[in-house]
Amino acid sequence: MAQHYYQPEIETASREKILEIQNEKIVKQVRHVYDNVPYYRKLMEEKGVTPDDIKSVDDIKKLPFLTKADLRDAYPYGLLGTDLKKCVRIQSTSGTTGKRVVAFYTQEDIDIWEECCARAIVAAGGTNEDVCQVCYGYGLFTGGPGLNGGSHKVGCLTLPMSSGNTERQIQFMMDLGSTILCCTPSYAAYIGESLADAGYKPEDNKLKAGIFGAEPWTEEMRRSIEKSLGIKAYDIYGLTETSGPGVSFECSEQTGMHINEDHFYAEIIDPDTGEVLPEGSKGELVFTSLDKEAFPLLRYRTRDICVLTRKKCSCGRTHVKMSKPMGRSDDMLIIRGVNVFPSQIETVLLNEGYTPNYQILVDRVNNSDTIDINVELTPEQFSDKVSETQAKEKALESAMRTMLGIGPKVHLVPPKSVVRSEGKAVRVIDKRKLHD
Amino acid sequence: MSIKQLSVFVENKPGKLLEIVKNLAESEINIRAMSIADTKDFGILRLIVSDTQKAKEILSDDCVVTVTPVIAAEMSDKAGSLSSILEDFGYENINIEYMYAFTASTELGAYVVFRVDDNDAAERVLKSKGISVLDSMSI
Ligand SMILES: [Zn+2]
Repeated sequence: MAQHYYQPEIETASREKILEIQNEKIVKQVRHVYDNVPYYRKLMEEKGVTPDDIKSVDDIKKLPFLTKADLRDAYPYGLLGTDLKKCVRIQSTSGTTGKRVVAFYTQEDIDIWEECCARAIVAAGGTNEDVCQVCYGYGLFTGGPGLNGGSHKVGCLTLPMSSGNTERQIQFMMDLGSTILCCTPSYAAYIGESLADAGYKPEDNKLKAGIFGAEPWTEEMRRSIEKSLGIKAYDIYGLTETSGPGVSFECSEQTGMHINEDHFYAEIIDPDTGEVLPEGSKGELVFTSLDKEAFPLLRYRTRDICVLTRKKCSCGRTHVKMSKPMGRSDDMLIIRGVNVFPSQIETVLLNEGYTPNYQILVDRVNNSDTIDINVELTPEQFSDKVSETQAKEKALESAMRTMLGIGPKVHLVPPKSVVRSEGKAVRVIDKRKLHD
Repeated sequence: MSIKQLSVFVENKPGKLLEIVKNLAESEINIRAMSIADTKDFGILRLIVSDTQKAKEILSDDCVVTVTPVIAAEMSDKAGSLSSILEDFGYENINIEYMYAFTASTELGAYVVFRVDDNDAAERVLKSKGISVLDSMSI
């Protein structure tokens, strides 16, 4: 496919050129933070680092880390980098893992964020002739506003649907001929199911691409969504702490997400020691915002475990690529001492021919952890014989045991019985917290 | 001549069965025969109803439903008639997955529903014994 870029000079710039931009920006940015964010200045002083020590991105490793705990401590204004007068917007996280994160934006910050999203849309084949249906949540959540802004910048006809009301989503999709769909992968899968339920075949819609993010998903899930909607599905990554979606995005190669390196400097560290690991190592992803004014986080630990690669990409983009996060310490469950990621469970389900609709229930009985997985049954998998249905549960249990290293109990449940909230499936219910 | 049975996957939770029966009643579908096999987690409800297609559509909204061909054989009131059928099925290597009895709506008497691995073979056996089977018309 012919390659198009939103900002070709930057997106295909030489490694030297990118480094030059980064080096220039980091010196300014560290000075900006030191002068304007007392919270971070104190961390720098504790570590004995001054802005004069930072001459290039190679010196970033000297800077202290920021973690989610810092964001909590500094809530709400402690990490603000500009006068509130210059700020024009806040966005916020759902607060599922503790206190909400509130991020601030100047107009300049928003422009850059939207440009990053525009790069993602163009990489997915978007042009000003496209109809872009955005069904990420709008409001405090960054998904809707980010892709909405990017879609405007590309010049797509933008459908600001927000999440939910699937019947209306489908009606607009069919009536207005949406060509690009932006939402969470679980909602995309649900739209696919609902289209089929309404009697539509994958070729009945005009969609060509989907930009899906904000929750973990697997290659298997990508294939199942691509099949059910008849599209190419692209991953997009971002966090509210670093602006929102668009920190990195997938290109036609679909082998990782290009990080917008002119705005974000990425490192992979050993999550235990904090030591920076060489390219190709698996570790925790750390981001430094190179030019954010209002919420300029330096060395923010994302908790996402992934790998960076500078292997030449067939799309022509030169920016470093990150793998899909392989797990997230926030999502990671420790069950009987074993690390379990929901994405592993999803992989097993898709391999065995089930839908990625499941729910994990973790509990503690007699001081021992229990894990139960409710899996939605499909008509194809249903047998009218009890023994066969039980055998299917047993087969899933054994496949799960192989993948996870611990044996969960699997229960088949009727379709659509796994709770979905605003299009985001509630994957894990950990009841152990009630006992602690 | 097989008849169509609905097999419904139901969660083993209070009220689930009632919900299904109510849904069918509201659409004026008569349940001719019913049997349930259950485990701790789930049950499989087997139904023979007056309008299989309509019932399937109604139940498919929130259940997994499949249609299974089964054979309903008329049982005479003589001792040993069932065991003689089972014996003959055994000779012919016909496996019975499950079976249940019901009384048809007419004055015809009692029927046994067989879910076997080979419907044609089972029908041949029954025919050779002079046992009549129900067709979907007479339900
Ligand atoms: Zn690429």
